[in-house]
Amino acid sequence: MSNHRGWVRVCHWLAAAAFMTLAVSGFLILMVHPRLYLGHAGNDLTPALLSLPISNNHRPDELHSRVIFTNVPGAPVTAERNYDIFNQNGWARSLHFLTAWILVAVGATYVAIGIVSGHIRSALLPRGRELAPRALLQDLKNHLRPAAGAIGTGPPYGLLQKLAYTSVMLVILPLMVATGLTMAPAVTASYPFLLDLFGGYQTARTIHFFGFASLVLFLLIHLAMVIATGFGRQLRAMTLGNQP
Amino acid sequence: MKQQRRMPRRVFIKGLASSAAGVLLAGCTRMDPPTYGNVLRMGDLFTYKAHRLLLRAHSLAREYDYSDISSVPAIGTTNPADPAKCGFFSDEYGPVYEQLLANRFTDWRLVVEGSVARPRAFSLDELRRMPSRTQITRHTCEEGWSAISQWTGVPLRAVLEAAGVHSSARFVQYYSYDDWADGIDMLDALHPQTILAYGMNGRDLPISHGAPLRLRVEKQLGYKSMKFLRRIVVTDYFDDNGSKGNIQNGWSWYAGI
Repeated sequence: MSNHRGWVRVCHWLAAAAFMTLAVSGFLILMVHPRLYLGHAGNDLTPALLSLPISNNHRPDELHSRVIFTNVPGAPVTAERNYDIFNQNGWARSLHFLTAWILVAVGATYVAIGIVSGHIRSALLPRGRELAPRALLQDLKNHLRPAAGAIGTGPPYGLLQKLAYTSVMLVILPLMVATGLTMAPAVTASYPFLLDLFGGYQTARTIHFFGFASLVLFLLIHLAMVIATGFGRQLRAMTLGNQP
Repeated sequence: MKQQRRMPRRVFIKGLASSAAGVLLAGCTRMDPPTYGNVLRMGDLFTYKAHRLLLRAHSLAREYDYSDISSVPAIGTTNPADPAKCGFFSDEYGPVYEQLLANRFTDWRLVVEGSVARPRAFSLDELRRMPSRTQITRHTCEEGWSAISQWTGVPLRAVLEAAGVHSSARFVQYYSYDDWADGIDMLDALHPQTILAYGMNGRDLPISHGAPLRLRVEKQLGYKSMKFLRRIVVTDYFDDNGSKGNIQNGWSWYAGI
C-alpha cells in the first residue's frame, strides 16, 4: 500500500494547524470591518463591492457631524463614528502574523524538500497526458462514486487530487502571502510594485478574502474525500503512517 | 571533588536558563519592545526586527494625486473635551483641551523634551513658520479600512533638529490630550514623510481628526499617527508607556504590517 513520507506528514499537520489558526484569526479581523472594496481607499463613507453580514460594525446611519471638505459635487466628506464596535484585533492581528511566519517557514521547508527529493515532480505535478479532457472527465466521474477500499492513502494521486494540492500550495498560498504583504504599509513603501500588481490596498484585501474562501472550500472537499475514502485509515496514514 | 565540580555547573546552567528567560521576558535589550513573555508580543518583535533587517530604510510610502483624495471617517476620540462622546476622555487633560479649544489653540504648546539639548515648547504659529511638507497619503486603519487624504505639516525631523536631539537618542515618545501614549524608533521619526500635521485637505486640521496637531507615520498603521498631540519626549531607551501604551493593552507597538 502507498504511504505518506515522514516529512510530508509532519509538514501536513503543521500546515493544517497554522491554516486553522490563520482562518480563525483572519475571520475575526474581517469581522471588524466586514466590507470589501476595489482600489486603494475604502471605508464606511465609500460604497463597498461586498458587505458581509458577519458583524454589526458598519452602521452608516449612526455616523454624524458630516463635513464636506470642498464645495464640489461628490467631494470627499468626513463624519464621526462615536459608537463602540466589535474589535479583537489586538490579539487576532498579532496571532495572524505570527502564524503566517510559521506557515511560510513550513511551506518553504516543504517546497525545498519537495524539489530536492523529487516529490513535487513525481507525485504532485500532473503529467501532460493526464490533462487531456477525457482523462479529466474520467477522474471527475471516479470522484462522484468513490470506492473506499480501492483508493490509496498516499501517492500516486488522482488527477483532480494533484490539481487541488498544487493549486493550493503553489498558487493560492503564495497569493495569500503576496496580498497579505500588500496590506502592510512598511512593505509597500519598500516594494510599491505590489500595490500596482494587485490594483491597490483594498483590492489586495479583497483578493486575500477570496483566497481565504477558496482555501476553506478546499478544506471542506478535502475532508469530504477523507471521510468518503475511510476516515480512520486516512487519518492513520497521515499521522503514524501505514504499518507494514 | 565531584560534588564541588557539579555545583558550579548547575549554577552555570541555571544562569544560562535564567538569562534565556530574561531575553524572552524582557525582549532582547532595553532597545527593544518588551514582550513580557507573551508569545504574541514575541511575534510582533520578530516582525519588527524582520522589517528593519529586510526593508529599505529610506523608502517612501506611496503618494497619491489630488483626485485620489477620498472620504474619511473620524474614529476613536473625536473631541477630547467632550466626555459624552465615545472614545477617550481624560479628567486631567480633557478640561485643559476645552480651554485651548475656546481660545482657538492660541495658548496651545507642543512640549519637546527628553534627550535633547534645547527642550522647548512650540506654539502653533512657530510650527507653521517652520519648513512644511504636504503629502497625499493613504491612512490604513488596523480595522481594515483605508482613506486617502492630503496632510500638511512640519517634518518631525525639523522639530527634533530645532530641539537638538542627543546622539544617544533612539526613540520618540508622544502624548495626547485624550491621554494616550505611544512611540516610534528614530528611523521612523526621522523619515521625511513623518510629519506633525496641522492641515488636512487644504484646511486646518478638523477637531475630529486631531486638532490642532497630529502625527503622520506613513509607514505604519493609522493608530501610530496620534491625534491631539500635547508633548513629545525623546528617549535613549525603549519606553512602553506602561498602562497607557500599546503593549500592555495587548496591541503591537510596531504596526508596519
